[in-house]
Amino acid sequence: MLILTCPVCGVTAEETEFHGGGEAHLTRHGPGSSDDDFEDYLFMRENPRGVHFERWRHVYGCGKWFHAARCTTTLEVFGTYPAQTTEPPKDLRAKISKKRPGWTWKDLA
Amino acid sequence: MSEPMTAGADGGIAAIAEAPLQGMITLRGDLSDDTIRAAVKSATGQKVPERGMINTADGVGVCWMSPDELLILCAHGDVPDKLHQLQESLSRVHALAVNVSDARAGFILSGPHARDVLAKLCPVDLAPDRFAFGQLRRTRLAQVPAAFWMLGEDRFHLICFRSQKQYVSDVLTVSAQPGSAVNVWSKTISGT
Ligand SMILES: [Zn+2]
Repeated sequence: MLILTCPVCGVTAEETEFHGGGEAHLTRHGPGSSDDDFEDYLFMRENPRGVHFERWRHVYGCGKWFHAARCTTTLEVFGTYPAQTTEPPKDLRAKISKKRPGWTWKDLA
Repeated sequence: MSEPMTAGADGGIAAIAEAPLQGMITLRGDLSDDTIRAAVKSATGQKVPERGMINTADGVGVCWMSPDELLILCAHGDVPDKLHQLQESLSRVHALAVNVSDARAGFILSGPHARDVLAKLCPVDLAPDRFAFGQLRRTRLAQVPAAFWMLGEDRFHLICFRSQKQYVSDVLTVSAQPGSAVNVWSKTISGT
């Protein structure tokens, strides 16, 4: 069971009050993009063992989207951060590095 | 609108009653906007609440629902006037005020075990020092969305969608059925 804190309304609850929205920080490739980029955008997803970044929605609460960083093996939540960003904040990445030295995720490390 | 219903079994661990008709207006907009804050103040006599809080007095008040949404509470019959007043004062700002009084149903839960009755159904830390008078919590109640706040010690006002009223009534009745006391938070409240 994940315990998430919504950065929008500040509520901490277990995951059933939220709804997972899949992988975070996707780059959208639409009309005009190459077939390879479009295929990647539509179908290719990370499936890491360890550090992962996801989108979540506080569906039973304030209704807003946010981001979460967590470990897929231990379900430890490293932190949550606003939806209005294209990459995880520096301080969160530093915190993850302390707990999971050498972690990588896509082109982040 | 529909007939008030009664819920809860005789001998249940908390009293459950359908709340009287409640006027409710959803107000969406930039809550830091001075015009909106002034309009809320003049419609309710209350300030825009802090995040996660509710400001009420004598059945008139404001609930913080999300960073761009408030729920205004007032007497059911006062809604048309209040709505008109809000729409007049907000005509020049980007905001939306809608009468949602009959979209929702309400319940009053009371008794020393009321906190436990909610705690059985919602993923909320209901420790008395974590959820107290003045706070408002939107959450999941069993399988449906709901929100609640405290009216006083051992008394909760809960709202849900009206289409789910029967379900909420049934699930509250089960949670409060006779012999189902769990004495988790009730100990701290009632001292028993
Ligand atoms: Zn939230």
